[in-house]
Amino acid sequence: MTSALTDPTEAPSSGDALPSWTTDVTRNESSLRRFLAGLPGVDPVGIEQRAAALATRSIKKASKLAAIDLAIAMVDLTTLEGADTPGKIRGLARKGIDPDPGTEGVPHVAAVCVYPDLVEAAVEQVRGTGVKVASVATAFPSGRSSLAVKLADTALAVRAGADEVDMVIDRGAFLAGRVGLVFEQIQAVKQACGSARLKVILETGELATYDNVRRASWLALLAGGDFIKTSTGKISPAATLPVTHVMLQAVRDWREATGQLRAVKPAGGIRTTKDALRYLVAVREVAGPQWLDPHLFRFGASSVLNDLVMQRRTQLEGHYSGPDYVTVD
Amino acid sequence: MTHLGVPKTYKLFIGGAFPRSESGRTFAVRRADGTLAANAALASRKDGRDAVVAARKGFGSWSRATPYNRGQVLYRMAEMLQGRRSEFVALLTQGSDAGSDAAGAEVDAAVDRLVHYAGWTDKITAVFGSANPVSGPFFSYSAPEPTGVVVVLAPTGSALLGLVSAVAPVLASGNACVLLTDQDPCVAVTFAETVATSDLPGGVLNVLTGVLAEVAPHLAAHADVNALDLTGADPTLRASLAADAADTVKRVYVPAGTPDFTAPPGTARLRAFVEIKTVWHPVGALALSGGTSY
Repeated sequence: MTSALTDPTEAPSSGDALPSWTTDVTRNESSLRRFLAGLPGVDPVGIEQRAAALATRSIKKASKLAAIDLAIAMVDLTTLEGADTPGKIRGLARKGIDPDPGTEGVPHVAAVCVYPDLVEAAVEQVRGTGVKVASVATAFPSGRSSLAVKLADTALAVRAGADEVDMVIDRGAFLAGRVGLVFEQIQAVKQACGSARLKVILETGELATYDNVRRASWLALLAGGDFIKTSTGKISPAATLPVTHVMLQAVRDWREATGQLRAVKPAGGIRTTKDALRYLVAVREVAGPQWLDPHLFRFGASSVLNDLVMQRRTQLEGHYSGPDYVTVD
Repeated sequence: MTHLGVPKTYKLFIGGAFPRSESGRTFAVRRADGTLAANAALASRKDGRDAVVAARKGFGSWSRATPYNRGQVLYRMAEMLQGRRSEFVALLTQGSDAGSDAAGAEVDAAVDRLVHYAGWTDKITAVFGSANPVSGPFFSYSAPEPTGVVVVLAPTGSALLGLVSAVAPVLASGNACVLLTDQDPCVAVTFAETVATSDLPGGVLNVLTGVLAEVAPHLAAHADVNALDLTGADPTLRASLAADAADTVKRVYVPAGTPDFTAPPGTARLRAFVEIKTVWHPVGALALSGGTSY
């Protein structure tokens, strides 16, 4: 399992040149629409059955401990509340740096995820620890604003030092068939991100069908999104296993088509260690072992970290732990 | 046409639902003459874990409910038990050689016991709390609060009365309970059915039937369990469970001698599962001149 935790800087970046067919596809809105409509349909019954079957797999002992550590290292520890304060962000960042103080060998989380105006507080706290700072942007969570406002929002986050930007797509435009508009907006935000990695939130709970999820995934990948992310966490249903399957298939196929490695981030609704391990099984089986890496797979979550820490203790101490023994966020 | 009877499966009671054991195991319950009475679920370690999770969830609303409301629910449990009197008499006589008169008396005593504790709920604070005299300008008062999740090993011998006498005081003060029994599972699960129709929030009482020595050690070591009632364990098991519980500083209740559940219950079990919280509060306004505080 340690081989999966390779140095992120060695992983291929998404900046490599794309094959020429992608330029043809993205030439104009009608070619883009033709390409997306030509993607094979998703068999909903099949994908749900496959997801449910993989979810029954049981992981025990040393493998479970390794999987828990990997899952902790993949967490984007998130707080996106109107009541967030710099103090709360600092506390969250400290927790991300050392999720279980007093226990040896617990990895730090991948990133803390906050609103743009609170990026500064997070950056100060995590400096030099390896924990990244992600910021939502582009009129999160609805995405209902002008492109100028979305770009200004992105610039605010990047200027404050965010390593990663989580943008939302315009679901209204996507559902109305204006895929060219969505494509251009993702491209523009990607440009505004500079060196920051871009996560494109599809908000799958609003896309209605698996076919739409597949199309939106490809659209985001074509437009240069480094991550495709399921949800904002503000809409129910948020991340589900079948939807994540579709998105993992998209990055796997993208790899085959272009040679580039892109990442996936399910967010929202992942609360227990059991949930997290099911996602890891899906990552291994659908995308491949290479994706078992915090650079290429993340969990957008907050409460799951406490459960992972409790389960980790249960594995080491031999008895069940309880919520009285972890920090209250 | 002859009617084909439908034998009942005795399942666990976790979080207000009646699931089978996660392990899929069952065991045979035999009548006094050795014939098969029923199959019951054999709880596993993971059923114990699930029950504690359910109890922790149930504890929130139950501990915050007003004592008056808790009394009403306990009284409702007495009503439901009364309504199922004949069923319990049948169960009690099948499991032992007790006559139906003795069994009927046990059910009546169990109903009375529930009513007894229903009356206690709104008196616990008044009786066990106090306003403390202190030498300073402060109010100081102490009030009992529920301990949390209490694991009760059901008493042996008195199948229904013992069970009710152990569970009711735990619930009366606002705790959530995981009841573990290795004797008469039919009585315990049927009692769970009366509880399920008594407006007790799901998860406040959970019933596991199985082998004490298998499940109890995991619950005794579980960090999210706050207290243990070891009445149903033999002396050797008591000692090892108390040792397991020490790692997480649980409250452990062991009755003195062999409890006689037909006698008036006293308050030991009520007092065993409450925590006394003492609050200090300044009295009046502090004078800037440093003189009197009034």
